[in-house]
Amino acid sequence: MKRAAAPNPSGALAELGTLGVLLAVSRRDLLLALRRKSEVMTVLFFFVIVVSLFPLGIGPEMALLRIIAPGVLWVAALLAAMLSLNRLFAADYADGTLEQMVLSPAPLGLLVIGKILAHWLVTGLPLVLIAPLLGLQYDLDGRALGVLMLSLLIGTPLLSLIGAIGAALTLGVRGGGVLLSLLTLPLYIPALIFGAGAVEADISGLGATGHLSLLAALLALACFFAPWATTAGLRIALE
Amino acid sequence: MQWNSIGEFFAMGGYGLYVWGSFGVTALALLIEPLLLRKRQSDVATSLRRERNADERQK
Amino acid sequence: MSNKIIHWFKYGSPQSFYPLAGKMIPWFWALAAIFGVAGLWIGFFVAPTDATQGDAYRIIFIHVPASWMSMFLYIVMACWAGIGLSLNTRLSSMMASAIAPTGAMFAFLSLWTGALWGKPMWGTWWVWDARLTSELILLFLYLGFMALQAAIDEPRRADKAGAILALVGVVNVPIIYFSVKWWNTLHQGASISMSKAPTMAVTMLWGMLIMALAFWMYSIAVALQRARAIMLERERHTDWVKYAVE
Repeated sequence: MKRAAAPNPSGALAELGTLGVLLAVSRRDLLLALRRKSEVMTVLFFFVIVVSLFPLGIGPEMALLRIIAPGVLWVAALLAAMLSLNRLFAADYADGTLEQMVLSPAPLGLLVIGKILAHWLVTGLPLVLIAPLLGLQYDLDGRALGVLMLSLLIGTPLLSLIGAIGAALTLGVRGGGVLLSLLTLPLYIPALIFGAGAVEADISGLGATGHLSLLAALLALACFFAPWATTAGLRIALE
Repeated sequence: MQWNSIGEFFAMGGYGLYVWGSFGVTALALLIEPLLLRKRQSDVATSLRRERNADERQK
Repeated sequence: MSNKIIHWFKYGSPQSFYPLAGKMIPWFWALAAIFGVAGLWIGFFVAPTDATQGDAYRIIFIHVPASWMSMFLYIVMACWAGIGLSLNTRLSSMMASAIAPTGAMFAFLSLWTGALWGKPMWGTWWVWDARLTSELILLFLYLGFMALQAAIDEPRRADKAGAILALVGVVNVPIIYFSVKWWNTLHQGASISMSKAPTMAVTMLWGMLIMALAFWMYSIAVALQRARAIMLERERHTDWVKYAVE
């Protein structure tokens, strides 16, 4: 299977500039993901299936489902995001591309952000787009669906950023997938609280702005710190 | 000192199960942890001693 | 004895720290016993029975100190891990790994005593109040740290990966606590809260402080003991280890 070449190290930064390098890395990852569409779709289907499991377990009473909807949809999004994290670095680690990236003169943080961006486009954004359909299964009204989409739009990049740290730390470690979940889920809890809380606040009439602002603040914080921690983790994994 | 008898002390005003359940498990934990550590230490020591004896026999 | 101050950094190596730790451990056990007896004395014989909560509130003399220790130990662990990461010292990382299980144990005890306190007071074995929920998440963070280190075979990589995780965790703990508190007030109002302890009589505060000190001394003793075991295990290829055991 043909793999797209890693971005040319030495000339890249001068030729493309910072944004160019980032986009080149993202583009490569997107191309690779498109060649393996099934991997992407399975994450999406997982989200759909999990969301459908809860009414089967709890009962079809709409009043109850409306109450649990924000939490269920957000938890399902968390789990789906987490399942997809293994793909972030594993393939590049296996064939040596990751080592090239670490050695390249382009700042590793930049390359990592590029990869996370592609990862989010492929696994996070589909969740955002399909969530309103699933929200209908739980009888959420139009505005709540909008808040749900917005909360996931802000939240899923946050999940990708935090998850990247865990993915870097557990790279090539045995028991990787489950260990990754154990490490990452506690760190996801604030995102869950504010994301699901935003939808609940909207439903109860309190307004979602507070929650959404806090969620956005967490995203800003993560944009700063997660790439640092991720690159540190990658360097440790590749030593 | 408000306990009129040992019985009262153990009963803890009816909450004996909860109070002693708490203090008991804590005491147990604070006992088991060092004991487990001692076992870990002696295991390492035994294997080190074995290695050392093997080395000396080889010489 | 003044040599110890001048040649401080000498104790940065496992070889010199091993015997020093061995000498310190009994002292910390002694302090733990003294503070423990004093704290229990206050808890059982000096502090009066509470008007509303009866004698069940005495669990507070374990629950609160255990919570304090679990949080304090996490910060100490993260500090040692951070030092080990930035200065590349093996011993600092060994200290961090030595502290983790004890911290996790205190987090568990905090949850256990919290449940046993909650049942007679509020009727349920578990209350989703901010402090207990944060404590549960802290336990998960401890377990994650321990699991990560256990899963990585190569010791230096395990040290450094664990350090990153601990540092990320320590930054997240205030965020998690704040978000859980927010979540709790929005959902439950002021009804159920572990912090609705009986108004603090001075004796109760003293009892908790002394028990906390007892737990602290215990933690140091156990952490030093574990660090010694770790040193022996990891440095077994060196000469000094072979002759450190009789």
